[in-house]
Amino acid sequence: MDRIRTIIDKEWAEVFKNRLVLFTVTLLPLLFTAMPLIILSNIKMGNSTGVEMTDSSAGFTQNCAGLPSQDCLQILMSNEFLLLFMILPVMIPITIAAYSIVGEKTTHSLEPLLATPISTIELLAGKTLAAILPGVVATWGCFLIFILLLPVTGISQAVRSYITGPTWLMAITIIGPLMAVLAANFAVIVSSRVNDPRVAEQFSAILLVPLLVVLFLQIAGVIVVNVQLVLLGIFGFIVLDCFFIYLGSKLFQRENILTRWK
Amino acid sequence: MIKTDQITKIFKLGKKNPPITAVEDLTLEVKEGEVFGFLGPNGAGKTTTVRMLTSLIAPTSGHATINGLQLGKDDQKIRGDVGILTETPGMYDRLSAEKNLTIFARLYRVKDIPGQVAIYLHMLGLWERRFDEVGSFSKGMRQKLAIARALLHEPKILFLDEPTSGLDPEAAKLVRDFIEELKMEGRTIFLCTHNLDEADRLCQRIAIFKTHLITVDTPEALRTRLFGRKVVFHLKSIDPNWLGLIKELPFVQSASNIDNKLMIGLNDPENENPVIVRKLVEAGAEIQFVGELRHSLEDIYLQMIHQS
Repeated sequence: MDRIRTIIDKEWAEVFKNRLVLFTVTLLPLLFTAMPLIILSNIKMGNSTGVEMTDSSAGFTQNCAGLPSQDCLQILMSNEFLLLFMILPVMIPITIAAYSIVGEKTTHSLEPLLATPISTIELLAGKTLAAILPGVVATWGCFLIFILLLPVTGISQAVRSYITGPTWLMAITIIGPLMAVLAANFAVIVSSRVNDPRVAEQFSAILLVPLLVVLFLQIAGVIVVNVQLVLLGIFGFIVLDCFFIYLGSKLFQRENILTRWK
Repeated sequence: MIKTDQITKIFKLGKKNPPITAVEDLTLEVKEGEVFGFLGPNGAGKTTTVRMLTSLIAPTSGHATINGLQLGKDDQKIRGDVGILTETPGMYDRLSAEKNLTIFARLYRVKDIPGQVAIYLHMLGLWERRFDEVGSFSKGMRQKLAIARALLHEPKILFLDEPTSGLDPEAAKLVRDFIEELKMEGRTIFLCTHNLDEADRLCQRIAIFKTHLITVDTPEALRTRLFGRKVVFHLKSIDPNWLGLIKELPFVQSASNIDNKLMIGLNDPENENPVIVRKLVEAGAEIQFVGELRHSLEDIYLQMIHQS
């Protein structure tokens, strides 16, 4: 554990001196917190009820039954914001982890590091945890701020209950960390196989695509983010995380990383 | 002690390119407390050898033991037991010198981390700059810091890959002096270098290597083996007959005359020189100086590499 902690300390000490990373870890979460609050507080509609929102998907209209249209629209919007929040546990770990191996290759610090008695598992655990933890903390912190500031937006109790309900809570507290694990492992794998930190970051960002697909499918009314979908997501991410952790440890070959570096 | 038995390293470069043999059948033994020079041209496989012996990469075949630990079996222990100065220092530029060393001291599980870090920062003259970012350091300072990093856990075996490469003469001398100090402490040092004068001065034995081991011996033994021992007699003037007189002596291997200088090949100059001096004086020669012709390690190296 001590060596894992050392790698985490080292990564943080180094990475947070990078302005781009600092921006991604601090400003991006604040932006993603402020944006939903501003939009929610500005949604104003008439007194029609949720069932009259004929443009919404059938699944979603069911959830809105009995609620005024304004509440219904706010719930619909909050589902989009939830996906916005889910960008954080992907984006932050990618920004940190993408640099982790290839960055050390470019500065030639990887060889002395690999020459220490650290095991591959310890090294990978340190590198990925250093990327996962800021992503999770930022997501949870922003969600907490978001919840605390919800009353300021003037939204109804029904909308507030939905946002603090199982769909959001499970997504933020369980799927968020699982996504961070996936993103960090994926970015470390990419980072150990490319020769340029920029390529690593850009290639790792491919992970955002499925999230955007879900976002657009929801906007199009094809799917609705609800408890069932979140549970399915938890299962899916556990499987993916296990696969990528295994793949990462198999693909991380000290020899290849050191000798096939051109 | 380092012991290798026919270690070979072949790099496979995919289906399109043929494999490359970087190291072939390397068998050598480095004794405890010895400074062992490992010389070879660029691309000879020196760094690959160091990487294998420090358990960074695995040999394709062959066996090796480092301090009694078996390569391929006790890799983590080997990495904890040896110190390595890599070809490029590779420090964390955004962190201070002290932080850099502390990180590695923690990875090596050094007991008194602040104490040990302070000792080496003082020893290498970096104490005053300990809180400065390494990115602001000169090449020489970075190299010194990398040496400190390699020594933090007090390894008995130290691998130094081009320790003075790219340093100015003053910084290079400082590093060389430090290696001398380490030699006094009885550490085993495996020194890869292109600087032949440095190898000559520091190493008890040297190996000349180009994918395979060409030769290994003490610098003196290599000189004798390649060029024999030659003594130069500087004379005020020379009589052509004297050369014949010298050649008549049974122990003289060779003799030639260049610009009032007699160059005589001998096996045992310590005992044979006085006889020659006497013979020349008796013949009327006025001897100004007598000295042994010492071939540089560069001569030996170039001869060996070209022969291979």
